[in-house]
Amino acid sequence: MSSTTIQIISRSKYYNWLVKNLFSSWVNTILTVIALIFVYQVGSFFLSWAIFDADFRYNFQGELIIDRGFCSKNIMPGEYGACWAIIFARWNQFMYGLYPIEEAWRVNLIYALLPLAIIGILFDKIPFRRYFIYFTFIFPFLAYFMLYGGPGLSVVGTNKWGGLLVTLFLGVTGIGLAFPLSILLALGRRSKMPIIKSLCVVFIEFIRGVPLITLLFTANVMLPLFLPDGVNPDNLLRALVAVTLFQSAYMAEAIRGGLQAIPRGQVEAAQSLGLSYWQTTRKIVLPQALKIAIPPIVNTCIGLFKDTSLVLIIGLFDLLGIGRAALADMTWTKLYYEVYVFISLVFFIFCFGMSRYSLYLEKKLKTDNS
Amino acid sequence: MQTNFFRKIIFDEKSRSLLIQTLVIGLFALFIYLITQQTAYNLEKRGISSGFDFLHISAGYDISIRLIPFTSEDTHLRAYFVGLLNTLMIAVCGCFLATIIGFLVGIIRLSSNWLFRNIAYVYVEFTRNVPVLVQIILYYSILLNLPKIKQAIVIFDNFYLTNRGFFSPSPIFKDGFSIVAWSLVIAIIFTFFLKRFFKKKQEETGKQYPTFMINSAIIIFTPIIFYYIMGMPLEFDSPVLKGFNFKGGMVIRPEFLGMLFGLSIYTAAFISETVRSGIISVSKGQREASQALGLKSNFIMRLIIIPQALRVIIPPLTSQYLNLTKNSSLGIAIGYADLVHGFGGISLNQTGRAIEIMMMVMLTYLTISLTISFFMNLYNKSVQFKGNA
Repeated sequence: MSSTTIQIISRSKYYNWLVKNLFSSWVNTILTVIALIFVYQVGSFFLSWAIFDADFRYNFQGELIIDRGFCSKNIMPGEYGACWAIIFARWNQFMYGLYPIEEAWRVNLIYALLPLAIIGILFDKIPFRRYFIYFTFIFPFLAYFMLYGGPGLSVVGTNKWGGLLVTLFLGVTGIGLAFPLSILLALGRRSKMPIIKSLCVVFIEFIRGVPLITLLFTANVMLPLFLPDGVNPDNLLRALVAVTLFQSAYMAEAIRGGLQAIPRGQVEAAQSLGLSYWQTTRKIVLPQALKIAIPPIVNTCIGLFKDTSLVLIIGLFDLLGIGRAALADMTWTKLYYEVYVFISLVFFIFCFGMSRYSLYLEKKLKTDNS
Repeated sequence: MQTNFFRKIIFDEKSRSLLIQTLVIGLFALFIYLITQQTAYNLEKRGISSGFDFLHISAGYDISIRLIPFTSEDTHLRAYFVGLLNTLMIAVCGCFLATIIGFLVGIIRLSSNWLFRNIAYVYVEFTRNVPVLVQIILYYSILLNLPKIKQAIVIFDNFYLTNRGFFSPSPIFKDGFSIVAWSLVIAIIFTFFLKRFFKKKQEETGKQYPTFMINSAIIIFTPIIFYYIMGMPLEFDSPVLKGFNFKGGMVIRPEFLGMLFGLSIYTAAFISETVRSGIISVSKGQREASQALGLKSNFIMRLIIIPQALRVIIPPLTSQYLNLTKNSSLGIAIGYADLVHGFGGISLNQTGRAIEIMMMVMLTYLTISLTISFFMNLYNKSVQFKGNA
């Protein structure tokens, strides 16, 4: 391949780039042409479906779309563009579920504060980081008070929560609760005490060996059987228990990888200075191990965020559940692609963002260490 | 004396760890005891009986996708096996397809063609950042939007693509077909020995033999020759449109196809990443050295790069297989009758034996997971460096 690369120095660098990357040989040129045709076909089809031929709030006659009968594609034969009106019509449900709309400002406030609560953990070189971290610890209580209600605010039961609210609630709370648990599990798995070690190993391997859906089922059906009368966690809480246990096992394995990467000398040096086990762990081992483990931890978080869509199967209305409920409504039925593409896009934005962050960290860690 | 005793417990490492472990195990036992007591009490109060006797009661529901015969009179135990086989079927087919797509995409991502490379990149980013459940449901709804049976898309005259599934001719094996099948098995075993023989020859003489061509010819032509000798003992039963449905032939249901596409397209994105990083991990010097030795580029890939890349690829590939198998439990969302949907869903609702059924389902998945990791570990050992302690 490289022997046939044409080096033309006198031409511009764009020309050279094109030759090197697209037309370096006969085979490559043919591949490029095939790929161009493919991209054009797929791209033009998708863009005209999703944007150019699509209805947003009004159809091609300029009428406001109030049910699927008004969609251009259902009026004009031959039209195939998407009918995004279902997303606009159901926007509040996608965002808040059945949360009373006059109280939706509470959810919006929490959505707006959420980035402030996590920015302190994500980036270490921002101004006033310490105050952001303080806010991170206050945030869960604030969020609970704002979302659920309490003195001064009307109570909104979790059975009214839905859509993005449930997805984010399960994702963020699951990760937040699983984090301390997973550190304990990872330390326990490396403990020298055989009983503690084997308990942790059995727990981690069991959780990792079964699908999340069975854990959700178990939590949903069996948690009420395990608990005394009067203690009856609602569906969202049951799902949260399952999600947290699930996430903690995966996160523990990521952290264990970080712990294993710490040279023994670090522990020995700390011990020879007279530090106790917990002092060594807290001040020497964990800060280094967690730093190494952050990229794999973020990856498990992406996995968990996607997996929150499974709660639909036990009857919770997360983003996907709300989407299916919208499709079950006679006025909007059959607009599958619009709903599922929209949901995919929402998940994509969050997960792609997280994976970019993970890449950024990996790059940063590489430069830090060299 | 007493203070000494306490001192010893707190400051002596051995006795302290003994104390902590005793405490932990005591608390754990107490926890288990309380939960079982409470559960027994709750079960009794709600009038739910327990035990595994329900396995022998007739299930009372039908399963449309099955590998072994099943009617609504059959027992829950049989429903369990039908579900288990369906889970295994989708897992095996999914892993197979995902591996093929994953390796292809992984290699394309390293292509020197910028456009090709980036098409693969877009595919990977879009499929792995969208939940597998959303994808399964999306692909399933596309399959359900295919034309109705009357307006089926016809492929090669005998294959029909409809919203009720993919209809194709089914093979009818007549007398003597078993001989054709056996001839294929024997041919495969024979080529295995032939390969060894050629390799030995090559080591002795240094001469290369077209092993791959000869072996492929043997595997392809042996059964064909036997097929004609036995008088063509294979016929096809084509699906024929009768009334509202097809008669004859066989059908692959959209539930299966939706699961298959969803699982394999999603997992392939992850596999392609492991393949890519595996190939990158082989140092550049390896390729340059083999070029210097005058090896052709496909030999370099097959003999130098891939064997070394496999060492890096196998462990993450194993965990992708495990993930795919666990994700196959999502069939319940589109009505694919796997273990969780049939036995873990309908049987559970009918009998109310939540604890027993969930335990069986979980243990089954655990067994499958452990089996996969066991065999992949064996394979992993066989591709790792040998004699390089």
